[in-house]
Amino acid sequence: MNITLRVWRQENPDASGRFVEYDTPDIESHASFLEMLDIVNERLTEKGEEPIAFDSDCREGICGTCGLMINGLAHGPQQGTATCQLHMRKFNDGDVITIEPWRAAGFPIIRDLVVDRNSFDRIIEAGGYITVPTGSAPDANLIPVPKPAADAAMDAAACIGCGACVASCPNGAAQLFVAAKVANLNLLPQGQPERWTRVEAMVDEMEKHFGSCTNHGECEAACPKRISLDFIAMMNKDYVKAKFKNRRMAGQRG
Amino acid sequence: MQLDAKIPTGPIQDKWDSHKFNVNLVNPANKRKYEILVIGTGLAGASAAATLGELGYNVTVITFHDSPRRAHSIAAQGGINASKNYHGDGDSVFRLFYDTVKGGDYRSREGNVYRLAQVSGDIIDQCVAQGIPFAREYGGLLDNRSFGGAQVSRTFYARGQTGQQLLLGAYQALARQIKLGKVKLHARTEMLDVVIHEGRAVGAITRDLVTGEIRAHSAHAVVLATGGYANAYFLSTMAMASNVTAAWRAHRKGALFANASFTQIHPTAIPQSDDTQSKLTLMSESLRNDGRIWVPKKADEDRPPGQIPPEDRDYYLERKYPAFGNLVPRDVASRNAMTVVEEGRGVGTRKNGVYLDFAESIDRLGRAVIEERYGNLFEMYERITDENPYEVPMRIYPAPHYTMGGLWVDYNLMTTIPGLYAIGEANFSDHGANRLGASALMQGLADGYFVLPYTISDYLAPLLGTQIVPTDHPVFAEATQDVHDRVHRLLSVNGSRTVDSFHRQLGKILETHVGMSRNEQGLQKALREIPALREEYHRDVQVLGENESFNQSLEKAGRVEDFFELAELMALDALNRRESCGGHFREESQTPEGEALRNDDDYAYVAAWEFTGVDEKPNLIKEPLEFEYVALAQRSYK
Repeated sequence: MNITLRVWRQENPDASGRFVEYDTPDIESHASFLEMLDIVNERLTEKGEEPIAFDSDCREGICGTCGLMINGLAHGPQQGTATCQLHMRKFNDGDVITIEPWRAAGFPIIRDLVVDRNSFDRIIEAGGYITVPTGSAPDANLIPVPKPAADAAMDAAACIGCGACVASCPNGAAQLFVAAKVANLNLLPQGQPERWTRVEAMVDEMEKHFGSCTNHGECEAACPKRISLDFIAMMNKDYVKAKFKNRRMAGQRG
Repeated sequence: MQLDAKIPTGPIQDKWDSHKFNVNLVNPANKRKYEILVIGTGLAGASAAATLGELGYNVTVITFHDSPRRAHSIAAQGGINASKNYHGDGDSVFRLFYDTVKGGDYRSREGNVYRLAQVSGDIIDQCVAQGIPFAREYGGLLDNRSFGGAQVSRTFYARGQTGQQLLLGAYQALARQIKLGKVKLHARTEMLDVVIHEGRAVGAITRDLVTGEIRAHSAHAVVLATGGYANAYFLSTMAMASNVTAAWRAHRKGALFANASFTQIHPTAIPQSDDTQSKLTLMSESLRNDGRIWVPKKADEDRPPGQIPPEDRDYYLERKYPAFGNLVPRDVASRNAMTVVEEGRGVGTRKNGVYLDFAESIDRLGRAVIEERYGNLFEMYERITDENPYEVPMRIYPAPHYTMGGLWVDYNLMTTIPGLYAIGEANFSDHGANRLGASALMQGLADGYFVLPYTISDYLAPLLGTQIVPTDHPVFAEATQDVHDRVHRLLSVNGSRTVDSFHRQLGKILETHVGMSRNEQGLQKALREIPALREEYHRDVQVLGENESFNQSLEKAGRVEDFFELAELMALDALNRRESCGGHFREESQTPEGEALRNDDDYAYVAAWEFTGVDEKPNLIKEPLEFEYVALAQRSYK
């Protein structure tokens, strides 16, 4: 197929960027979107032009490294699909495709389509873990986890930390990312001792970097792992509860 | 040079315990006087860095990813083995040890493998406590599934995302240490050389991938957790950036590289669809639990799979290996797939795959059960191929996936350079000539959580009171200059071909001659073609841009340069080993039925290679393998 790309090019964080058009003929329809960009880059290099910088690694939708705004949609038109799993068969011959980096104040541009998502790491560092030094764990089957709880925790834990939720949000909010990790840990019995401090610390850190959630729901629509908005409700509820919890009574059941 | 693997004496079940008692310890208050540099943040690196931080050491961790959560451990789908025997089907530490030694076709060290099996249960305990959402039974206890090469159910899993969940657990433990200030993280930073002073590893040189800054890091010990090198084949299931550079640079500085030709070609990847493909995607081996593998009996079959009646299908694994059936080890499954495709019985438009068929399981268990077990894998398959595996059988074909070879390490996981350790896939130690499914996650976490943090103190304790070599010492200046020169050499070639075009061509040579099946003539040919192509690379590669910017072509150029030198060693190692074992199949050495035929008299050793210079033949140093507890036998899965 023959397509035209409009790609955001920006040499460095301080440069002013611009769209550049690339005529892109002879692309196979079973090529993936990123393989198409690889071909464009090969052709650019052969012409002596610097290739388009973009991030990707596993190319099977699990590492969360890739992420492009494709025709204004985070990860492109296919639901529940990361950019690397999108294939050219989802486009038509003659299409003009606009490619931009994640658009969010919390994710400054490094070069072209590459952004800095380190603020996600800061949020995890603030409390996105269960404190369990190596070697101190009891036998695994001493902690039974009801199957529905384990399944729900897994639904939340499926988040790949790509940042599509932030990029698609009109407010540049990171609630879905943070809620997914809060729910993953707070739903499990192992996560209970730090449940209240965790949600407070992670939400407080999030607010240093990202905008506020106003329940648009764009994040859920853009999420390549289809993380549910319900987790945001759960996080908000835990956050409010945390404000009333007497931590000295956290060992009590019910 | 004599290799001393430092395997403790005594009965196998006591070796690790007595070793832990005998090693030098660093007391808790003294640990903060040490600096440790960890390179890589996959399962092994992240778990090691987190644990070392928890113990009180000062840790600096380097990753070329934008975050420690991205390493390719994340892509492991199926699960992690542990000899918990939660299902009462006769599992034990000894059985996991036995299966792993046998699965590796008797080319691994008994002592190391036994230790791996011993700590496997601790890993599950640790990960559950961290909040890894492993699959559960309705009573809330842990579920298990079966994997290739075993007749017990010992694989713990978190849907089809086990690697992701385990890596996030290790990443979260690491994040806690970063917040506490015990670990310093440098993301988007790549290690380009290791620094040796007076025979010891004392630090590393890195390049900041955003700014191009080349920088020296000094430490008491350096830990490489930099993964495997299957990307030498260009098309593999590895992530795009996975590379051998850190390990290779260590090799060039004196660390021996062992069993370089032991690569695993995984049986269940999606076949290549076109010539510009950038990578292959794996479908978890767990699918072989419920999928049946077959090809048409006739080479000229052109009916769609649903219309081929059972009598015209060849379920070749079930036919040849009734005891293990579709769950034979990976090397056996891969080689058989290659054979039927070479017979012209391959399926798909390119006739380059075999069917993995779920029709019978869906009839027996219902679609809902299959969806619960493999839903995300089926979805992934459909996205890539545009075919619905609930209705049409999957097409699969082997792909380079894992490398059992790597830096030679002793029982302490130390390389032949004092103070330089290699853990996880970067070392060669536990899988012999073939790794069993769900054992990579086990080994990465065993090394990182439960082995290295104990053994490293043996090296560090006598260094108490010594200061790290300052980074303004001439040894660092020299290493920094070398890296600087190398980067600028690549940038100044200004040739006519892209890095990828060379890499693709190198991969083709390896796939053809050092792939699933190898012979003398092909390996000799590879040994002529690789250096010739490398020479052309140095003359004609085109790397645009500059060092002082975010430059992905430059990153790739350095990695591919190292793949060239590694590829030659892979071919040489394969040529030297005139026997078949595990994933290394020499056509000259097979049983009448076409199975791998080992030659224990001549080749029951680890082939460790010493670098002597580019274009120079490396020295071969043999570490003999002794088997006291597992009787050497022709592997049989019939």
